Parts: sequence; structure tokens; C-alpha cells
Amino acid sequence: MSAATGTRPGRPHTLTGPGAAAAHGGTGRKAQAKRRHGRVRLRRRLRRLPLTVTALVVLLCSVFPVYWMVLTAFKPTGDIQSETPVFLPTSLTLEHFSTAVRADGFWIFWRNSLTVTLGGVLLALIVAVGAAFAVARMRWKGRRGFLLMVFIAQVAPWEAMLIPIYIISRDTGMLDRLSMLTLIYFMITLPFTIVTLRSFLTGIPVELEEAARVDGCTRAQAFRRVTFPLLAPGLLATSLFGFITAWNEFAFANMLIIKNQDDRTLPVWLSSFSNVFGTDWGATMAASTLFALPVLILFLVLQKRVATGMTGGAVKG
Amino acid sequence: MTATVRKNPVVESPPRPPRRRPLPSVPRRIAGLWPYLLVAPTVLGAAFLLAYPVLRNLLISFQYFGMRELIRGGAGFAGWDNYREILGDTEFWEVVRRTFVWTAVNVVLIMVLATLVALMLQRLGRRMRMLVMSGLVLAWATPHIAATTVFQWLFQSQMGVVNWVLVRIGFDSFEGYTWFAHGNSTFAILVVLVVWQSVPFAAITLHAALVTVPEEIYESARTEGASAARIFRSLTLPMLRPIFGLVLCLEVIWVFRCFAQIWAVSQGGPNGATTTLPVYAFQVAQSLHRYDLAAAASTITVLLLVTVLIAYFRQMYKQEAEL
Repeated sequence: MSAATGTRPGRPHTLTGPGAAAAHGGTGRKAQAKRRHGRVRLRRRLRRLPLTVTALVVLLCSVFPVYWMVLTAFKPTGDIQSETPVFLPTSLTLEHFSTAVRADGFWIFWRNSLTVTLGGVLLALIVAVGAAFAVARMRWKGRRGFLLMVFIAQVAPWEAMLIPIYIISRDTGMLDRLSMLTLIYFMITLPFTIVTLRSFLTGIPVELEEAARVDGCTRAQAFRRVTFPLLAPGLLATSLFGFITAWNEFAFANMLIIKNQDDRTLPVWLSSFSNVFGTDWGATMAASTLFALPVLILFLVLQKRVATGMTGGAVKG
Repeated sequence: MTATVRKNPVVESPPRPPRRRPLPSVPRRIAGLWPYLLVAPTVLGAAFLLAYPVLRNLLISFQYFGMRELIRGGAGFAGWDNYREILGDTEFWEVVRRTFVWTAVNVVLIMVLATLVALMLQRLGRRMRMLVMSGLVLAWATPHIAATTVFQWLFQSQMGVVNWVLVRIGFDSFEGYTWFAHGNSTFAILVVLVVWQSVPFAAITLHAALVTVPEEIYESARTEGASAARIFRSLTLPMLRPIFGLVLCLEVIWVFRCFAQIWAVSQGGPNGATTTLPVYAFQVAQSLHRYDLAAAASTITVLLLVTVLIAYFRQMYKQEAEL
């Protein structure tokens, strides 16, 4: 894949050191130390070259599939089918996007996905704020047990529960219902929402709340006026991660929506792309791009938070 | 009800003169109920959508539960019959073996690559690091199903870019090679796909753990004359170990139970070459309508995962000292 784009590494200034090191003469320990230091620096600079090359290879490997998806979506069909792949955009077209958007039910699936995702995430958010508050700010019997339950739920093997949940939905008449899917997404996103909000809450000093209460606020008022605004960034971050998880979910959407094909969500529809588009890779890539777009935008917005380590949240996009 | 407000921990332990603080406006008895009311929805949700399915799954695995029972109900007790049937099936053991191979190959690749990338990130300059990190985040953010379509396109036999590159660098046998017609190559593509999706999370997390070591410590170790290998062994590795353990457990869990990618790319095929345990359970339920056998397979999957989970929780409780 490394031959794919023309970017070859080669930072000219990494190769400047030899003259500088040799210029230092003199005897004595100090000069020797200096010379050694110069050599070390030179060696370090030389060592940076493979490092830079590796970094570019890593960058290329991680970016190329996404780049290829977007590029294919914009390429004219002739370029897609050409004998030699066209790596750089020459002429662009929106034709594939219009094919994808005009595909049967695209907007319905889009809307279904959005409804289910937003419903599940909002529900999880509301419930999680309460639970996180109880865990982070109150002392009660069973608190540790509750936390353990949340941690277990966070790594619950959902894939192993497809069958019982299918049977339960069938028994309760919830099969082929988007509301069942919403409930499941609520439960999938809830644990890590609680865990993350809890850690955000512990980061906000209790004294602030106490001060407000000394000044005559009730507990609820103190929370609403003091803590909640400080919690807002945490709420935003967790809900975006929840959004991504639910937006991506495939297994349950695939299992629980069977008869009513109009109630399918985007991932399920996209997974059967060959039934829809056949070998029209341009349209398939356009549909994939449209599906990935909200998530990619959210991640770019969130990048700083992601990069500073969501270690506690254990989130996988 | 012993619930009281958790204040400053220092204030809490020694008996101090009562602070002048307005008494709670709600009667004490109700105030004590508050935490329970707040966590009630979570507990209810977990009971209905987690505990109940797990128990129901266990129950079904001890019943005769096929298409007829699904529609009419009245499933009869089967004892250990389902487990006996599934454990006596050579195909099942083949699937178990494949699941372990799948998990091992993926997790080893993910952890090795992620550690290398994390160490590399640490050594990069600021701007280059941000660039590489953005690339990693991009790969991480790509939805799984979108990634499956992209990889199917990359590995297309006729117009796929991978075949073109392979032919270009001299592997002429890949001219028009149909990757998805062969078991091993489909398996390999799925591994590449899962590794590609998983390395960013692991690498970024490990990198975050690495940068918690202050640069001065490395500096002083270097001036003391410690070799790079020594620094890695005595400084980097111990710092990395706890978070490494956590990431390792999470990756094992995620890879082991991976379903969406496999199902979307190959549905367990060709010829069952990519059927892992979750896929197997789904197939048994979906196409054979043997819900009892599928439930037994799911139970076994959960039991296998529990061992990993226990390791994960021990590691996490070490981390979360303040729990």
C-alpha cells in the first residue's frame, strides 16, 4: 500500500549534523564529553529518519482505506473501473451520491438509525446522570455492588445474548419494533455513560455544591445551578460516544428487525449492499461515506478528548 | 437507611461539631431513599435486558426449544441433552478451536502493533505526532460496517487496489485473485480488518499511559548511563504493565465476541472457514432453528469469556483504588 501515494519521507534537515560534531576539537574531559554529546545527537538525528518513515507508513495504513472510500465515492465510473487504479482525484462527480441517496428507502433507513440512536442515547444520558450522582456524591448501602454491576454490564458479551433477546422480544411482542432496538441501545450505552459521568463528577469539587447549599439552595438546586453546568462537557463527550456506539450497532438490528424491511437501520441495509447496488462500487462507497460521515465529524470534533486518553471509559468506536 | 451525603472524606471520619448547614428540606426517611430512586432505572434496565436474557439463555439451553416451541411455547425440560449434543459434535470443537486461533492471532497482532505505535508516538515530534494520531482516530472512527464494505472493495478480485499493488510488486499470482472464495484468505482479510480497527484504540491508550511518565525520569536515567534497552525494561515496561493488562483483556473480549464484521463480510463462510463461536450460535439459531443448541453454545461462550473477565476486573480494581 505504501506505493499508493507519492508522499515519500525525507526531511532534509535531519541530515545536518556531521560537520558540527567534527568541528569540536581539544583534549580534556570536557571536550570529550562534548564530542560524545555531538555524536549522540548525530546518531539520534540519523535514527529519526527510519522513525519518520515508520510514522508515515503508519499514517498511510490508517488513512488509506478511508481515503479510498471517499475517493471512490467521488470518482467517475470510468476511473473506478480503469485497469490502473487512479490514486489522485482528477475529475470528481456527485453521480454516485445521487445513486445512493435515491436507492430504495435510503432516507427511511437514515431516519430509523437516527431515531433509534438518539432515543437510546438520550434515555441513557438522563438515567446515567442520576445514577452517576448517586454513586459519586452519596453514600449508601449497596453502592459498591451497584458499581460492580455497572462494570460488568460494560463488558457484557452482547453478542452472546442475541438469541435470548430475540426470544424475549418475540414473547413480549417487541419483535420488529424500533422501540425494542432503542431500549437495547440504551442498555448498551448506559454503563459507560455512568462510568464516564461518575469520573467527571468526582472531578468537580463537592465544596462548590456545599457552598451553594450553605447559601440556601436545596440539594436539587445546587446540583442544577452549580454542578450541572460544569458537567456539560462530560455530558457532551459521553453522549457523542454513545451516539457512535449505537449508530454502528449491527447484530441486534440485524436480528430483531426481520419482517418489516422498512424498519431496518443503515448498518443492516449497508451490509447487504450487493443486493442493492450489485457491483456498483461507486454507489456503495458513496453510501458508506454517507453512513460514516456523522461519526467521522463527531470524532474530529472530539479528537482532543480522545487523544488525551479515554482510558477509563473503555470506548470502542 | 444509612444514606448520608458524602462530603469531604476528611470531614466525614472524625466526629466533628455539627456544621451549621440548613437541614435537608425533605424528611430524613425519604432523603435516605434518594440514591435508590436514582439508580432504580439502571437496575431495572439491567434486570430486564441483561440479567433476564442471561438467565433465559441458561434456561433455554436446558430445554427442547425449536421452531415449534418458539411459536407455540411449552418447551420441555431436556436436562443436559443439548450440552451433550453440542459437546459431542466435532464441528463445534472445530469452531471452538477456530475461535481461539482467531482471538490469539488478532490480539497478538493488535497488542504488538499498538505497543510499537505507542512507543513510536512517544518519540515523534509534536506536529508529526498529531498527524499520525489524527490518522489513527480516523481509522478508529470509521463505522464497522462501513469498514467492511471498504475492505471488500479494496480486496476485490478485478478492480481491487490490493491485487493491483501485489501484481505490481511482483506477485503475479494475485492477478484477479478472488480473496473471498477461499477460507484462509477470507480469514486473513478479516484479521487485517479487525486489527486495522482495533490498533488505534490500544495504541492511543497505551500512549496516554506512556506520557504519564515525566520526561525528567527518562532524562535522569539516561544521564545515569542506562541503555535504551535497560530504560525500556526497567522504566517503560513497569509503567505500561497495568494499562497494558487492561487493554489486553478488553481486546480479548472484543475480538472473541466479534460478530458484525464477520457476518457482514462472509457470514461465517466460505465453507465455515470464518465461523467463530458467536457466528456459530447465530447460524444454529437462524438457519437450523435450534434455539436450544444455540443457547447452549452462547452459555459456553459466556463461560469462556468469564475467565477473561475475572482477570480484567482484578486488573481494574487494582487501578480503581478509590472505589
